[in-house]
Amino acid sequence: MFRSHVLVCAGTGCVSSGCNAVADAVKEQLKKNGLEKEVGVTLTGCFGLCALGPIIVIYPEGSFYSEVKESDVAEIVSEHLLKGRVVERLLYHETVSDEGVKSLNDTGFYKKQLRVALRNCGVINPEEIDEYIAVDGYQALGQVVTEMKPEEVIKVIIDSGLRGRGGGGFPTGRKWDLARRLVPDAKQKYVCCNADEGDPGAFMDRSVLEGDPHALVEAMAIAGYAVGADRGFVYVRAEYPIAVKRLQIAIEQARDYGLLGKNIFDSGFNFDLEIRLGAGAFVCGEETALMASIEGERGEPRPRPPFPAEKGLWGMPTVLNNVETYANIPQIILRGAEWFSSMGTENSKGTKVFALGGKIKNTGLVEVPMGTTLREVVFEIGGGIPGGKKFKAAQTGGPSGGCIPVEHLDIEIDYDNLIKIGSMMGSGGLIVMDEDNCMVDIAKFFLEFTVDESCGKCVPCRVGTKRLYEMLDNITKGKGSPSDIDEMEKLCHYIKDNSLCGLGQTAPNPVLSNLNFFRQEFIEHVTEKKCSAKICKELLQYVIIPEKCIGCTLCARVCPTNAIEGKLKEKHVINQEKCIKCGACVDKCKPGAIVQI
Amino acid sequence: MALKTSAVPFKGTAAQEKKLLETISALKGEDGSLMRILQEAQGLYGYLPIEVQRIISEELDIPLEKIYGVVTFYSQFSLNPKGKYKIAVCMGTACYVKGAGDILDKIKSKLGLNTGGVTSDGLFSIEDCRCIGACGLAPVMMINDDVYGKLEGTDKEIDDILAKYSL
Repeated sequence: MFRSHVLVCAGTGCVSSGCNAVADAVKEQLKKNGLEKEVGVTLTGCFGLCALGPIIVIYPEGSFYSEVKESDVAEIVSEHLLKGRVVERLLYHETVSDEGVKSLNDTGFYKKQLRVALRNCGVINPEEIDEYIAVDGYQALGQVVTEMKPEEVIKVIIDSGLRGRGGGGFPTGRKWDLARRLVPDAKQKYVCCNADEGDPGAFMDRSVLEGDPHALVEAMAIAGYAVGADRGFVYVRAEYPIAVKRLQIAIEQARDYGLLGKNIFDSGFNFDLEIRLGAGAFVCGEETALMASIEGERGEPRPRPPFPAEKGLWGMPTVLNNVETYANIPQIILRGAEWFSSMGTENSKGTKVFALGGKIKNTGLVEVPMGTTLREVVFEIGGGIPGGKKFKAAQTGGPSGGCIPVEHLDIEIDYDNLIKIGSMMGSGGLIVMDEDNCMVDIAKFFLEFTVDESCGKCVPCRVGTKRLYEMLDNITKGKGSPSDIDEMEKLCHYIKDNSLCGLGQTAPNPVLSNLNFFRQEFIEHVTEKKCSAKICKELLQYVIIPEKCIGCTLCARVCPTNAIEGKLKEKHVINQEKCIKCGACVDKCKPGAIVQI
Repeated sequence: MALKTSAVPFKGTAAQEKKLLETISALKGEDGSLMRILQEAQGLYGYLPIEVQRIISEELDIPLEKIYGVVTFYSQFSLNPKGKYKIAVCMGTACYVKGAGDILDKIKSKLGLNTGGVTSDGLFSIEDCRCIGACGLAPVMMINDDVYGKLEGTDKEIDDILAKYSL
């Protein structure tokens, strides 16, 4: 028994910030002070506040230390753990107030959060199955295989209202039901997990895999029992080495404990899991493409129907959900469908994890009930925009989604409301943009992504996205004309209506949504050739500030096109028609009189 | 269409080939083993030249065209060798809105490389990568397994980071 516990966040964010060195320093200092038998050190999953890593939390006090450096550790150990004096200067600043140290749950970042999918992240050691079991782990699986019929399990999931957290939001229970019933005499069925989190800016699935991998193992076994499958595959991005390692450990431990393998809980139910690594293809997030990739083929989607529930992996009925969806399952079984459906909005039940990123103070992972407003997420939990800048838009749904402008800040976030305003839930990336971001450039950024990631199988997506990208590129380079805007809109609808899979059907969304809410910016780019956010470099003009110009003529002499006019000791002027925007004059100007506007 | 071969001569060793053959015979026969064999082979050689694809094709009795099709489909498989230090600048959305594009441009011009290129001494190769999931630290870049986050993109910062790596 330890009198105190030091939890060190070992998620990817904190590993990148150097948490391993901090954890080693903690162990070394404990040894030095003779405390290694009194104080335990645990590496956990993500606490969510990635921007302030490395993070360590000391229990029983619950003191939350942020941005801890190796050099701070000696003080924390000798003051806090040896003498019982909390080191206030190193605490997360939001927990320190005039009235003393506040609980973490009273801080802006955590107050409105409700953790279901992430409940064990940052709480248990993900590499120890016993810690998962101690927080009711595998109890749901035991209950399911010994006390419930598969149909009863499916009914609970249907009644809970859980919808897929990966993109489309298809009801999970109905998916399971179809996989169970469509092909009654199937020789083999499969359960798959999409952990190929390709949406740039979303990392909740990685966090679950790193912080609570047993929850996924348990949920997939439950799904296997419900649909009648005895084999499962987890398709993980190769870019997530820590997640892969912890999931592998979890699978092996579950096998050792008889929670995977033959005759689980003496029920006669067999189930085992394998990991398959992705190799970097966004389209493999599409279910039929993902399955082609597991089969060892090019990850190209195929037309549906038949849906995977009928013909999936190797032509057999297959059920496929993403990591966050699965992470909810054990809790729904243990606490009941009613508990789950009591959270959220009418058609979107439960909670949703968002990855807050971009121009926001508290970047990291947050989990809130469905129906929480965007304003609460950005300004209360996220702490608002840094540097006194103004909120311009929040992007959700990644390359398939759209931007939510300031006039929709009070939208209650759920599947249907986001679709209504031209965005989508997607996997939960939420990137905040401020006045310094150009919306034409953002649309171009997403199109560049889809051009790159289009698998090339169908023409509307392969050629259409490329043409759309070229139009956007021209506009950001000052070569667009007003008619381009209407042409782009037409092309967007053509691509949406004619593409084979979800990637192409949603690829134009970032353009359409930006055209809808920020049309003025596009018009400004094509008519005035101006980019107010000063992002599109080729639209910027070089001008000389008369007050600063000393008339030295250096700029005029270096200008390759003789675009700068002015005599010695007189103010100089740049002739915009001749200027080729090479920037040579800026480097020469000693008083710094030449600027871009 | 002729298959594209690597830009440099193949220098595989007998030891590498032996290991590759062992890997193939261990995984052969498992469902969907081609991807796993290609991943192992890339780990072994650092890239997947046509010579390696040919060995896999013969051992698995899968046409070379099909293997080439799979190799060129996935961005992590490479037909050309990478540098000793692989620089990957994250171009995920969170990094992009915080200026990752400028950082990528700056490193490319410092090393005189285009995306996907390798320096002539083989020290660095550079590519833009999709989200590595460290969005809280944006903008982020990786050099092999080292992650550099909260980059400011100043010349000094980039020079200092690159100076840590040598042949």
